Amino acid sequence: MGTFITKRLLYTILILLAASLLIFSLYAWTPGDFITGNIKLTPERKAELREIYGLNKPLLERYGIWMKHALHGDFGYSMAQQKPVFTLFNQYIWNSFLLAAVSTFFTWLIAVIIGVVAAYRQYSWFDTLVMVVIFAAMSLPSFFIGLFLIKILAVDWKWLPPGGMLTTGSNATGMAYAEEVVRHMALPVIVMTLLGIGSLTRYIRGNMIDVMKQDYIRTARAKGLKERQVLFTHALRNALLPAITLVGFELPALFGGSLIIEKIFNWPGIGQLYMQSFGLRDYPLLMGFTVLIAILTVIGTMLSDILYRVADPRVRLQ
Amino acid sequence: MATADLLEIEGLSTYFDTEEGTVRAVDGVSLRVRPGETVCIVGESGCGKSITAMSIMGLVGTNGTAGRIAGGRIRYEDRDLLRLNKHELRTIRGHEIAMIFQEPMSSLNPVLPIGEQIMEPLIEHLKLSKKAARARAIELIAQVGIARPEQIAKAYPHELSGGMLQRIMIAIAISCGPKLLIADEPTTALDVTIQAQILDMLRQFKAESDMSILLITHDLGVVAEMADYVVVMYAGKVVEEGEVVELFERPKHPYTQGLLKSKPIMGQRQDELYSIPGQVPNPLELKPSCYFYERCEHAMDVCRRAEPTLKGVGEQGSVACWLYEEEAIVHG
Amino acid sequence: MSTITGGVAESEVAPAKRPLARSSLWRLAARKLLKNKLALAGLFVVVFMFALCFIGPLFSPYTDNKIHMALMNKAPNLKHWLGTDALGRDVLTRVMQAGRISLTVGLASMVLSVFLGSLLGAIAGYYRGIADQVIMRIADLLMTIPSLPLLFILGALLSEWKVPTDYRMYIVMLMLSFVSWPGLARMVRGEVLSLREREFMQAATVLGLRDRRKLFKHLLPNLVPLLIVIASLNVGGAILSESVLSFFGLGVMPPTPTWGNMIDSANNLIDFQQRPWLWIPPGFSIFATVIAINIFGDGLRDVLDPKPKK
Repeated sequence: MGTFITKRLLYTILILLAASLLIFSLYAWTPGDFITGNIKLTPERKAELREIYGLNKPLLERYGIWMKHALHGDFGYSMAQQKPVFTLFNQYIWNSFLLAAVSTFFTWLIAVIIGVVAAYRQYSWFDTLVMVVIFAAMSLPSFFIGLFLIKILAVDWKWLPPGGMLTTGSNATGMAYAEEVVRHMALPVIVMTLLGIGSLTRYIRGNMIDVMKQDYIRTARAKGLKERQVLFTHALRNALLPAITLVGFELPALFGGSLIIEKIFNWPGIGQLYMQSFGLRDYPLLMGFTVLIAILTVIGTMLSDILYRVADPRVRLQ
Repeated sequence: MATADLLEIEGLSTYFDTEEGTVRAVDGVSLRVRPGETVCIVGESGCGKSITAMSIMGLVGTNGTAGRIAGGRIRYEDRDLLRLNKHELRTIRGHEIAMIFQEPMSSLNPVLPIGEQIMEPLIEHLKLSKKAARARAIELIAQVGIARPEQIAKAYPHELSGGMLQRIMIAIAISCGPKLLIADEPTTALDVTIQAQILDMLRQFKAESDMSILLITHDLGVVAEMADYVVVMYAGKVVEEGEVVELFERPKHPYTQGLLKSKPIMGQRQDELYSIPGQVPNPLELKPSCYFYERCEHAMDVCRRAEPTLKGVGEQGSVACWLYEEEAIVHG
Repeated sequence: MSTITGGVAESEVAPAKRPLARSSLWRLAARKLLKNKLALAGLFVVVFMFALCFIGPLFSPYTDNKIHMALMNKAPNLKHWLGTDALGRDVLTRVMQAGRISLTVGLASMVLSVFLGSLLGAIAGYYRGIADQVIMRIADLLMTIPSLPLLFILGALLSEWKVPTDYRMYIVMLMLSFVSWPGLARMVRGEVLSLREREFMQAATVLGLRDRRKLFKHLLPNLVPLLIVIASLNVGGAILSESVLSFFGLGVMPPTPTWGNMIDSANNLIDFQQRPWLWIPPGFSIFATVIAINIFGDGLRDVLDPKPKK
């Protein structure tokens, strides 16, 4: 187990280094930058700023400088917002996390319940209905369903606010503040849950169907246990075991925000921040964000591997 | 008849609907088990003996199989198991009728500790508290001859050998003091030395508790060792039944005779082991006939036209074979 | 019990290994597919959408794409079933024309990424060694970078390079394949690795067959079912990705219409709130097409995959 983790860690670091160099080069090759695009600046001022930000140096040297700072926890300075990238992330990331955590919770809750029931009643009309809904959820264009629900629920029926995290100009505090946030969260959470639920339900249903055919389920029934106990104690535990690996894969989504959903719902999260900065070509921030997601992705993958080994008693001892 | 039967199956039919047609896995099987008696069902794999057991337990149609019970009665004490609702059936399963299976390695849940799996029926049926159930589970582990029961209770199935797991399965089965234990090929997956231990254990528990055993096996050695009464099945039907000594000494049905002949005998070297010629018929292509006629050395014209019924022959036994019907006619 | 059901299943799987029996395997698959009503419904919708987009415009009197000021922003009516847009063009005709592009981009990028992914995956899995190391490390690297930002960067590069709008759709195809081949390669490699170990491949080695013959005659035919399934599910994903890119103005750009860039009109507050006929029809077209493809693809998986259903 120890050598396994060390090896994984080494490989992970190598991949991360390569990925960050690739990302850095891509952003560097993208023509245009924040300074060039700013028409308010005189050519002299532009040249001066380039010098300050070190944009005149060769690519590899710039990458080296960036890396040196990054290793010290400094992801650079946002040109558009005039704040350190790290500070900005810290400011926005928790809004993203709130949205993602709540929708992940609902996604798993609903997917487990529906997946178990559909597997238990395989080939029933309920199961067929679930399958169709699963495919529907997997086939939704995220930005379109977001717009569509805003149009129906917020614009036409006025049930929920169309976007943002707080009503413009609101200075609510305490419970009133919380209530306002919850009302604003409802629509994006519904959409994100809807988008996530398809593949997870399908996965859990598939696992449950496999597990229900196992000999130990027959034993559990032969012991005269209640069906509920057979399903939830005996079958679900085994069906969820491989799903533990998915927890790791959720990591980038939990902290990395959702570019599309946050943009559509004008949610002040890190994904929305990225979309804004992309238009402005605010490279330090774009770079920081992309590397952050890459880090979360590799950590998540590694976490999945380790979690699986910890959770499964059969692998645990080997 | 001295005592009332514990279990009486009458005309049980269990069918599987497949894309190619209906497979009559169990086709009008009748048998009885008396209190304290060991009945063996013998036959080749696929003859329907396991499905008969699963039908008694009400487990047909679960585990992703498409089987259904098409007819018959399964009377246990004074109840018809096929007419009980799910709840009533569940209070009998694992409590009054328990079952152990062929594959101990896969029959226990890999992610639950052994102890918990033994505790479950104790809590469910005997309404023991968790603490009492744990104490009883450890006792049971000791009772099936496993050392260090406390540690074993905390272990997971993959940490134990197949023989130990089958002992655990027996511990689970006897935990609630069942009146009938169904053992479906309990020793097939185990080493020969372990097989004898498991069989001894079953005999010992039977002697201590007056429980009946319905033992399903293809191994005539096991039958000789365990059975009071034997039921021979072929292609979903009972072809012969009788007291064990009578059946071994004077097998009537050509199939039983073949089975006994193909069993190697200790101390006798044969140049060639006997095997019954031919193959089990395709279950989808069965026509009204004796299903064994293609392989039978005594096959007659009537055998391929009509199905023989199970008729009493001799003291206790019955056989379904035209040879004996003819005899009956001839000797009037 | 298992002998009975198991026996039936085996006789269905076994012929796959012998070329003589292969045609009957395909026939069996087709028969099974015909029984799957859901998959057939999916296939029907897919065919319908293709027919609508490729044949439909031939019957439309509004294909000239001329600007008609008098017909600006008309709500759906008898002459224009889905209304008209800000330039007075017929929305239904635009949706059909956009569908041509969206479906073409989806199909072409699927073909390209399945080709790339299966070729590289098969090479990695079959030859192992250095080829495997290089290919899979590159795949790992590309999978580490989040795909949406990657697509955005590539899209931005396109914009800055002033690629003519007519050619953008081809480059969008390339971009989509570029981000989706690593996942496919990984899947194909896994399958090849397990196939290598199977008896019939070892038999081919024992018979002394040449590498190329083993690869093309014995290995690839066994990959075909997996590839068909991957391909069908990949089309849906490609259509969705294209729509996202085009919606954000980084994919195919107007005047070339695609379903994604038609929904762009929802970014205009008045169009969004008061003229839903401009952006809802293309959105539903994407949804209907992708769900139909996914359902059909899943039906194919059930039919072609000898392994138990998931």
